[in-house]
Amino acid sequence: MRKSLSERIGFFLLTLAGILVLFILGVILLDIFSKGIKTISWEFLTQPPREGMTKGGISPAILGTFVVSLITVIFAVPLGMFAAIYLHEYARPGKMTRLIRLSIRNLSGVPSIVYGLFGVALFVQMLKFGTSILSSGLTLGLLTLPWTITACEEALKTVPQSYREGAFALGATKWYAIRTNVLPYAVPGMLTGVILGLSRAAGETAPILFTGAAFFLPHLPRSLFDQFMALPYHLYILATQHQAIEKVRPIAYGTALVLLGLIFLLNLSAVWIRYRYRQRMRG
Amino acid sequence: MNKKIHETQTRIVFTKFQRRKLKEVLIEKFFLLNGLLAIVILLGIFSLLFIKSFPAIRELGWKSFFGSTVWNPNSYTTPQYGILSLILSTLMVTLGALFIAVPLGVACAAFLSEVASPRIREVLKPVVEILAGIPSVVVGFLGIVLLNPLIAKVFVISNGLNALNGAILLAIMSLPTIISLSEDALRAVPNTYKEGSLALGANPWHTLIHVSLPSALSGIIASIMLGMGRAIGETMTVLMATGNAPALTFNFLEAVQTMTATIAIELGEVPYNTTHYYALFVIGLVLFAMTFVVNLVSDIILQKYQEVER
Repeated sequence: MRKSLSERIGFFLLTLAGILVLFILGVILLDIFSKGIKTISWEFLTQPPREGMTKGGISPAILGTFVVSLITVIFAVPLGMFAAIYLHEYARPGKMTRLIRLSIRNLSGVPSIVYGLFGVALFVQMLKFGTSILSSGLTLGLLTLPWTITACEEALKTVPQSYREGAFALGATKWYAIRTNVLPYAVPGMLTGVILGLSRAAGETAPILFTGAAFFLPHLPRSLFDQFMALPYHLYILATQHQAIEKVRPIAYGTALVLLGLIFLLNLSAVWIRYRYRQRMRG
Repeated sequence: MNKKIHETQTRIVFTKFQRRKLKEVLIEKFFLLNGLLAIVILLGIFSLLFIKSFPAIRELGWKSFFGSTVWNPNSYTTPQYGILSLILSTLMVTLGALFIAVPLGVACAAFLSEVASPRIREVLKPVVEILAGIPSVVVGFLGIVLLNPLIAKVFVISNGLNALNGAILLAIMSLPTIISLSEDALRAVPNTYKEGSLALGANPWHTLIHVSLPSALSGIIASIMLGMGRAIGETMTVLMATGNAPALTFNFLEAVQTMTATIAIELGEVPYNTTHYYALFVIGLVLFAMTFVVNLVSDIILQKYQEVER
């Protein structure tokens, strides 16, 4: 069939849009990588900053992001998993279930800075956790909760209905069937979702701005009630607040690359788990 | 005698069954509690924002927030808490972002669903996912180091940190949402629609414009609303890239300060439980209400559209 002119031009424009999106990502990754890689060294990854951030490394920020993410996971994963089990295994269709689902969708649309405000009001002030690792971790936990619930529910959906029915047919109670015949098969899928949620939480800055992140700490945090340094916050400060902005630019680029690398690694491991899990389900 | 033994046995079995049932009910209630958590948190966020903003509203009245465009809480003589210019800045940057992201995003979605070969799609889909995974602080950083000098050069101005910079970055941030959800909507258009159009002699381009896009319109609009919600609430990119000057302007080449950026800058500086502190919660409350409405509308559109599809 001969292609008309309008079709050619139209499809050309659509292709251009696709290329442009590819180009945007390419520019972002290339710029960060090419300029950040020069800064990356063993010292950069393992040493604390020296001489007002202009020298040394970013190890406390890496450690801080790691620890806060750990709190986030410990807090959000059980709650998210239980909520997903309720929604997928127990909930009957009705007003209540609709309301819960509506709340979850809306929670995932609440701006991260509003979570930050909530964290300050609830964890820092009301519960008196102060600006601390705990406050930040819990705030990020709330932020990731809707994603965790959705991911865990998706994982439960992949377990065939016949697995449950098989257990029921043998006289198992509902909980017994879920525990033995559903959860073991859903866990890898849940893990994938949790890691993806975690990779988003690790890059969040707004919720930790006032709940515990600090620009510079002379020593590592000693308890959950200490402040901490974090990669995204470190990058923000280096990019906007430092008195010698041009001088610390290489370190800012290095920090951005480490942050992107960390998120990339998390995503990659999630994809790997999903791949392994699919193979096992097939076999 | 024999009958009696049988009876007691039945009773024991029955109580065992009851106990088992009680356990099951308790377990279900436990999971129900976790399910209800989402509602509790949403209500909790709203009520805490309201409680914290109440002292400021009581002291200053709604009018000083919504009847003025001057935000100057640090003034020693007469602090002013007008948030209209902040709301306007947020809307300006958001609409600017949509102006870029909607045509680009929908076109990219159409490319993915109608034009691209499966192999190209397999390359481009992860690209969209990676783009969605880039933290906002990194995007903001690139706004400073890449876009800032570029904008300054192109428009011959001294500083490229302005509303345009923020709008471009927000467009990049909301692109993944718009692309992936619009593509889902285009894919959900039944093949019979397209086949009918093609059978009548329309070419694929006309089919896309006159059949596929109109049928997917509600899904595409919902995706745009969700992208808009993200753009309104986005903090770090606008904080780093828009220059942060709380002034009333409609010029994209001037610095603006959005609602999110105001909270981010000032919450770290004010002492707890001052009027200024509570005023920041008022901004948070308005922000929450705005994103809530936008998300709800997109949700209603999506639900309706799914019902029609079924």
